[in-house]
Order: sequence, then C-alpha cells, then structure tokens
Amino acid sequence: METILNIANLYKTYKSAGRTLTVLDNINFAIGAGTANAIVGPSGSGKTTLLGLCAGLDSATSGLVELNGVDLGSLGEDKRAQVRNQYVGFIFQNFQLLPTLTALENVMVPLELRGEKNIKARALDLLDKVGLADRGHHYPAQLSGGEQQRVSLARAFSNSPRILFADEPTGNLDAETSEKVVKLIFDLNTEAGTTLVLVTHDLELAAKTQRILRIKGGKLVSDEPTGNQ
Amino acid sequence: MDNMNFNRKINFAWLFKMALRDSRRNRARLLLFISSIVFGIAALVAIYSFRYNIQNDINAQAATLIGADLSITGNKQPDKKLQTLLDSIGGDRSEERSFASMIYFPRTQGTRLVNVKALQGAFPYYGDLETTPLQAGKSFKTGKFALVDKTLMLQFNAKVGDSIKVGSTPFAIAGILNKAPGQTGIAAGIAPIVYIPFQYLEETKLIGLGSRINYAYYYKLKQGIDAEKLSKKIEPELEKADYGYDTVEGRKENTGRSFGDLSRFLSLVGFIALLLGCVGVASAINIYIREKIASIAIMRCMGVKASEAFLIYLIQITGIGLIGSVAGAVLGTSIQHLLPLVLKDFLPITISVQISWMAIWQGILLGIIISVLFALLPLINIRNISPLNTLRLSFEDAATKRDPFRWLVYLLVVGFVVGFSYLQLEDWASAATFTVGILIAFLILTAIAWLLIRFTRLLIMSSWSYIWRQGFANLYRPRNQTIILTVSIGLSTAFIATLFLIQQLLIAQVSLSSSGNQSNMILFDIQTAQEKPLAELTRKEGLPVLSQVPIITMRLEKVNGKTAADAKKDSTLRISPRAYAWEYRVTYRDSLTSSEDITSGKFIGKATPGKDIPVSAEERFAQRVNAKVGDKLVFNVQGVIMNTYISSIRKVNWNRVQTNFQVLFPTGVLEDAPQFHVLLTHVPSQKSSAAYQQAVVQQFPNVSIIDLGLVLTVLDELLDKIGYVIKFMSGFSILTGIIVLISSVRISKYQRIQESVLLRTLGASRRQIFSITALEYLFLGALSALTGIVIAIGSSWLLAKYTFKTPYHVDFAPVAYIFLAITGLTVVIGLLNSRGILNKPPLEVLRSNA
Repeated sequence: METILNIANLYKTYKSAGRTLTVLDNINFAIGAGTANAIVGPSGSGKTTLLGLCAGLDSATSGLVELNGVDLGSLGEDKRAQVRNQYVGFIFQNFQLLPTLTALENVMVPLELRGEKNIKARALDLLDKVGLADRGHHYPAQLSGGEQQRVSLARAFSNSPRILFADEPTGNLDAETSEKVVKLIFDLNTEAGTTLVLVTHDLELAAKTQRILRIKGGKLVSDEPTGNQ
Repeated sequence: MDNMNFNRKINFAWLFKMALRDSRRNRARLLLFISSIVFGIAALVAIYSFRYNIQNDINAQAATLIGADLSITGNKQPDKKLQTLLDSIGGDRSEERSFASMIYFPRTQGTRLVNVKALQGAFPYYGDLETTPLQAGKSFKTGKFALVDKTLMLQFNAKVGDSIKVGSTPFAIAGILNKAPGQTGIAAGIAPIVYIPFQYLEETKLIGLGSRINYAYYYKLKQGIDAEKLSKKIEPELEKADYGYDTVEGRKENTGRSFGDLSRFLSLVGFIALLLGCVGVASAINIYIREKIASIAIMRCMGVKASEAFLIYLIQITGIGLIGSVAGAVLGTSIQHLLPLVLKDFLPITISVQISWMAIWQGILLGIIISVLFALLPLINIRNISPLNTLRLSFEDAATKRDPFRWLVYLLVVGFVVGFSYLQLEDWASAATFTVGILIAFLILTAIAWLLIRFTRLLIMSSWSYIWRQGFANLYRPRNQTIILTVSIGLSTAFIATLFLIQQLLIAQVSLSSSGNQSNMILFDIQTAQEKPLAELTRKEGLPVLSQVPIITMRLEKVNGKTAADAKKDSTLRISPRAYAWEYRVTYRDSLTSSEDITSGKFIGKATPGKDIPVSAEERFAQRVNAKVGDKLVFNVQGVIMNTYISSIRKVNWNRVQTNFQVLFPTGVLEDAPQFHVLLTHVPSQKSSAAYQQAVVQQFPNVSIIDLGLVLTVLDELLDKIGYVIKFMSGFSILTGIIVLISSVRISKYQRIQESVLLRTLGASRRQIFSITALEYLFLGALSALTGIVIAIGSSWLLAKYTFKTPYHVDFAPVAYIFLAITGLTVVIGLLNSRGILNKPPLEVLRSNA
C-alpha cells in the first residue's frame, strides 16, 4: 500500500518562561493511502500539535514529516500552504468558516485558489451532497452548528484532497447532529478514496476508523488496528 | 506522488474578489476608520485648489498688479544723473509722489493719517483705479479733486462731493476708491489711500524738510521693448541712486512667493489634521487585523500564501483609502469656495474659484499613500499569522515577532513625514524639526502609556471596591487599548491645544494696552520751529507731553571700513548689503529708556569733542551689520560724514509704545543737524482725541498723527481675520481629532464586549458594568488629555521662543476647558459605544457577535 504520510523521529518543543517544554517526543508512524485513522489521547497529550505538524500547519523542532512524498520540513510556510491547497482537506472542531463569505463561497475558496474552472457547479454539487444545496447563499452566522460543519465538510472535499485531517469534528455538536456529520465524513471519504486522520478523544468515533494511535504525554503509546475495513 | 508545482502565480483578480468579500460585514467600520483622513485630505485639496487658482489668477492679472510695464521707486529726489536716465527710458510715463499725512474732513470735523498719493499721467496703464463713480478714476486729475479710500469714506460718513483738506489745500471728493493696482484689503485698512492730482502737490505745502516722500515713476514701454532686459540694464544705475524697480514678471514672482508662504502655512495645518487622521487609521487597522486573525488563519489553511493574505488586506485598505480620499477631495473642492471669502483681504487680486483636477489628483494620491503607509505596520503582521491559529489563537506572537520589515515601515513613515513637510516648508531643517517634534510627542505618549500599564498593576489595592479594581485593571490586562488610545487621544489633544495656545499668544501679543498713562498718540514730522508751540498746544488741551524726541535721518557708509560694494562682493563679511541702503532715523540722548537694556559694552551719554563718536547699536542691527562693541561705523548725515564706534549693544523691547531706535547717538554731536521731532502724549478719550487732532491739523498741517486707539481697532480687525483663518484651518484638526477619538473608542468596544457580557452573565448589574467602563475611559481620557496638554505647552513654548520670538504665557482657564472637554468626550463616547452591551440581555449580545 502506498504511504501518504510518513512521520519519523518527530519532536516538538516550546520555550516557555525560560523552560523547554517537550510536547511531542520521538513520534514514529506511517499512514497508508485511503485508510481511516484516529489519533486519540487525553487533553494536553499533544494530539492537536501532532495534527498541526502532519498537516503542515506548523514546523517540527526535529524529525521527518513527509506528506504524499513531500518533505514538509524542507519547505517554507508559503510552500507548505501550496501543499495544503493541493493535497490536504481540513475539518475543525469550531468549523472555521470565513464569516464574510457565503456557504457557497466558502466551498469555492480552495478551488478558486487553484485557478480551476467550473467551480461553482462543483461547489453546488458538494453542498448538495451534504444536504445544503438550498443554503449556498447563507452566511455562516445564519447557519446552525451542524450546518456549518457540513459546509466545512463540503469545503474540505472541494479540492479532492489526498488526505483529510479532522480535529474533533463533532466536539461542538449535539449527539444527533454528530451522528449525521460522522456518517457524512466516512461516506464522502470512502467515495473519494481519501485518507482520513481523525483527532478525537471520543473513543466511539475513533473505533469507526481502521487504526487507532494513542498519544500520552507527547509519546505514541500504542498503535492498533480496529479491525474495520 | 504527484509532481508538486510550487510556482503558483498570484491571481490578482481573485485577490480583489476576496478583498471585496472579506470587507462585507466590515464596510461601515472601515469607513469610520478611514473617515479620520477625510478632513485632512479635504483641507489639503481645498488649499491646493486655491493655490492653483491663485497662481492662474496671478498669471492672468499680473499686469494689473503693478499697473505698468515698469515701475521705478525711491525715497529721495532723483539727482540729475538719475533724472536723465528716467527721461531716457521712453514710452509713456506717469509720476507719483506718496507720503503719510493727516487729512481733515471739514463736514464731520474728522482727521486721520492717510497715505497721500499725488498722481500725474495715465497710470494705471493696465487695470483701473476702481472707483465709484466709475469715471472718477480718470476725471479726478482734471481739477482740485481727490479719490478717497472706501474705508475712510465709511469711517467719516463722507459722500462724493464733500471736501477734504490735505495740508492747507481743500479738495472735492470726486469718487470713492475701491481698489488701486496691487493693493490688498488689509493694506487699505492700515494705510488708507487718498489720490490727489500731482499739479496741486506743491500747493498743499506738505513737501518740506523732514517729509518722507516716496517717488514713483510708472512706464508703459514702447512696443518691442522688453521690460525685463531694460530693467536689468539700468539696475546698476538705479542701485547707485538707491532706487528700486519692479516689472510685471517680478511682481508676479513676488506675489506668488508671498502667497506661497501663506499657502504653505495653511498646508501645514492641513497636514497636521491629516497626520492626526493617520494615527486614527493606524490604530483602527491594528485592531481590525487583530480581529481578522481567525479568517486569515483559515485562508492560510486553505493554501493562501502569506503574501497573498497580505495583499488581500492591502487591497482592502487601498480601496477604503481611495473612498476616503475621494470623499475628502469632494469635500475639499466644495470647501475651496469658502477660502476666497476667508482670505480675500490678504490678496491683491480678484480670486476665481475653479475645480482644480491637479489638486484633486494630488489629494487622492496623498490619501491613498498615507492610508496604506500608516496601515502597513499592522498589515505586515499578517505575513506572520500562522495557519496554526485555526487550532490555537496566538496573535501576540505574530505582532511581537522581530520583523525587519517593521523598521522599513518606520523608516518609510518618517521619510514620508519629512518629505511632505519639506514640500510644504521648503526647508530641510524646518521639516526635520517638525518631524522630530511629532516623533517626540509620539514617544512621550507611548512611554506614558507604557508606564501606566506597568504602574497601574502595582497601584491597585485589594482594599478597593471591585468596580475600581476592574476599571483600572482594564488598563493593563491583555489586549488592552491603553497605548493606542493614549497615543491617539493624546496626539489629538496636543495638536488642538498647540493651535489654540499659539492663537491665544499671537492675539495677546498685539493687544497693546492703551490704558493707564502709557502713550497712545504719536505726533511726528514736527519741524524744530514747531516743537515748542506744539508742546504748548498739547498742554493747553490738557494733555501730557510724555516724550519729545529729535530725529535725524542718516545713511550708513562703512562698517569697519567696508562699503556696500565690499559687502556685496564678499559674502564672508556677513554684512547685509541692504543695511547700507536704508535711511536710518536716529536720535540722541544721554540716558537709556525703560525699554532698553545694555547687553554688552558701556553706554556713553556724552560725546568727547574731536574723538570718534560712541554710539549704542540695537542688537538686531548689530547682527545685520555683523558688528560688535568697538567696531567702527561711518554715517552720512545729510552730506556730513560722522565717524563712530559701537560703545554698547542694546536689547530693545519693541512691543512698548514709544520711540525706539536702531542706533542711539550721545548728546553733543547732532544737536545742530537738520532734524524733525516726535511727540508722545496720552489722550484719555475718543472725544479729546478728535478735538486735539483737529487743533493740531489746523495749526500744524504738516504734522502727522498716529492714533493708537485707531491702530488697535485696525489691528483687532486684522487679527480677527487672521484668527478666523487659523480657526477655520484648525477646525479640520479638531474634527479629525473627534473622529479619531470616536473611532479609537469604538474599536475598543469589540475588545470589551466579550468580557462585559461574561460579567453580565455572571450577575454583574448594568450599573456596575457602566461604572467599570466609565472609570476606564475617565482615567484613559484624563491621562491622555493631560499628557497632550503638557506636550502642547512645550511645543507652543518652543514656537513662541524660536518662531514668533514673543514672551510666553499660558492662560490656564481655557486649557482646563480643553482638558475637561477631551476627558468628558472620551467617557461619553466610551459609554455610548457600550450602550449595546448595557441595554440588551447578554444572550442577545452573544448571539449577535457570534
């Protein structure tokens, strides 16, 4: 199986009040293309930092982060931005939609950035898939939390990413809405053949993936398949 | 793996689209921020338009400014050589003699010192003596007629056909003189003109010893003769005879130059308004970008490059700057219609008002440059906003990161301020001083705010009530507004208070008191034979003779052996060549007056026969001729050479109403020289002034009188006009200051909303939130206003000392009003902006800000 994400000897430290704080301590794993994976751990374990590094949102103190064969450590922030635009989709706990753009425009942004054509039709199609075809002209403030997360999902898939990073995607949603959103994530993921990396402390959600990586105190403490195909 | 192409080109169309989209929910706020520059741009566009129109008007009306192709003037009778030269010029010539004299209105029994002009010939050749009735400008020369200035006619309630007495000759008023070539409204107010025909000048018997007469010759040159070339040719001869000349081109330049000074001053006031607006723009954009971190981080996550994110907001600010500048240009173009009304009395030409596209483009360009430049500091922080902010907010990191571009922006801002000030002042030293002054004010305010943040933390006592602790804690807690508000409110206060203090100072400087027993009437041109009878007449009228001073006219021939020609050739001598051209009016006495102080050397009151004469030089005169104590001066006293040396240098208080002199001779030298006298008296009322003046004019028609009461009235009017111009221009700064204040306080609303809502959710009452907010703004407003006022006192003191050279004093009552007004305004605006939080339920506010 092709490796889409390769993490080796990864360290991340911060300087705080004159002390060095190690947030990630020698992390090693590889993720195969098209698989669904969960990173779990308690609050403050370093899982969000790890997601940030894997997605190229931040740079590591040392170690290797290779995404789709591109060594992110060797790239500056602007080049990493292009990698994200090309290969990565994001879903955040607090949706992170641009408040001044309509739902449709939010979905169109990654495609516009790539200079693609016929993007409106594709964006509308994605909104239709998440059940929001008639809400395209609404601004985020006019949508409920579940609707905002579905727009965020449509946006994440708009650039046909090779890998999708989701940070606590149901953290701000009620149980019923969470269930719908989770179903959508997995369905769209399967349909597009995208790799999924899910950061959560919801073990029930993690169990729906094929593999669970556990982090504690900045260290990878276990890496187990769930048995899902 | 795909082949990754890292060379994505910047798609400007998309950046424009994103800039427009992103501005959607912020346009009203952005417009409020940018409105800070509207008044500054308006002021500058108005002044620039006015400047261009004036330049066109000067070019179009230049010939009427002088009324002839060439004018030649001097203040002594031309000698034979000069007369031959004057006769050889050819073309048509008019002759004029002018001098100060009293005139008498028999019907109303009024007297007044005027500028009498005796005219012969067809002058003016270009333009007209504007009179009512129209033909009077030409017809008055046909008999014993006079043209009388319109202000005089009004003052003495005179009518055409009435008679006036000039010296001992009566003239019938042929017409009202509305305007003479090149004359300003202000000049007419100070020295009103009366034209009489030249042929009756002798008859007035005013041309006598001691009379100071100006001789003017106006030429309409023959076709094909170039006035410029001709004047250059005859210049050496004229100089030798102490005569000067003027041509249309020369007058054009001079008028343009003197108007340039006025417009430069006004532009600088406009620029201050604009700078104040820039502080508002910079602080508002700083907060705006801070609020945009989340959006920028999201865009960065989607793959937007740092440069692209920066460009999106740069486009937005440029667009908003363009809107603000266009609004300013429109307002300025409208306002320029008012400027001629405000300034017409200062200018010798008819002012036209036309739309100046050049001024509009300049204003718009300046507005865009300045809004982008001052927004750059917060804008460059965008480049440092990490996409990681989608997971955790950390703007402080972005803003405080060491970024070499910050220094480049600082340099650009300082460079711009220096450059623009230079364009206004045309002097690098003044431009640098202006910029350094502003930088110092900025640094002082920043330092005060910084100290406030540091010390408030230490000052807060646990024994204070929660409201006081919370109100003060708002000054130093994270994301506080202390520095931005202190700097913007403080700078606004400093600008406004400086303008106000300087205006007060200038007005106070000339409000010469004529109360008490100080002299308030000066009689001059008194001949020696008239000295005693006039003093007797004065006493007979019940008035005191406060001082009688002899005056002798003389010229400076040599300074330490150097003549005018030497001074002109060798600039290292540092002697002003013009010092040799003046006719000095000198007196002699054996003691100093109360307005004189010796600064170096020793005053000698009596000359020793057969030795060089010890004279006392006034310090500015000494500077002009680059002389010190012991240096030798040679004077020519109407043909007699006098060798003198400087025995002392005096400081003279010129503000006092008394006769002051540049050169003071000792007794025992000039007693027999041809001289005239000055008498100073004090008239207690207008009635006694009129009676005394009538008596003097009747008995001594050659004696001129300056009534200080009248001079003060004229000065008051003049100052009113100047004060109005200053107030008009500083109004732009005041309006800008208020907008900056509103904008600064309004942006802080967004900072305070969340915590106020949280406090309300936790059970704080409206009154408590109100008190916390009021205390925070009260303290910020008071401290900023106080600092601004201290800066204003410092800067106005410097201006008083070095620019206006006037004694400094501050009237604290109006300054206290400024302090209270700014503090009150800050609190009121702060509270008005918090109204939304106070009046609505917390949930509603939370939802609306989601």
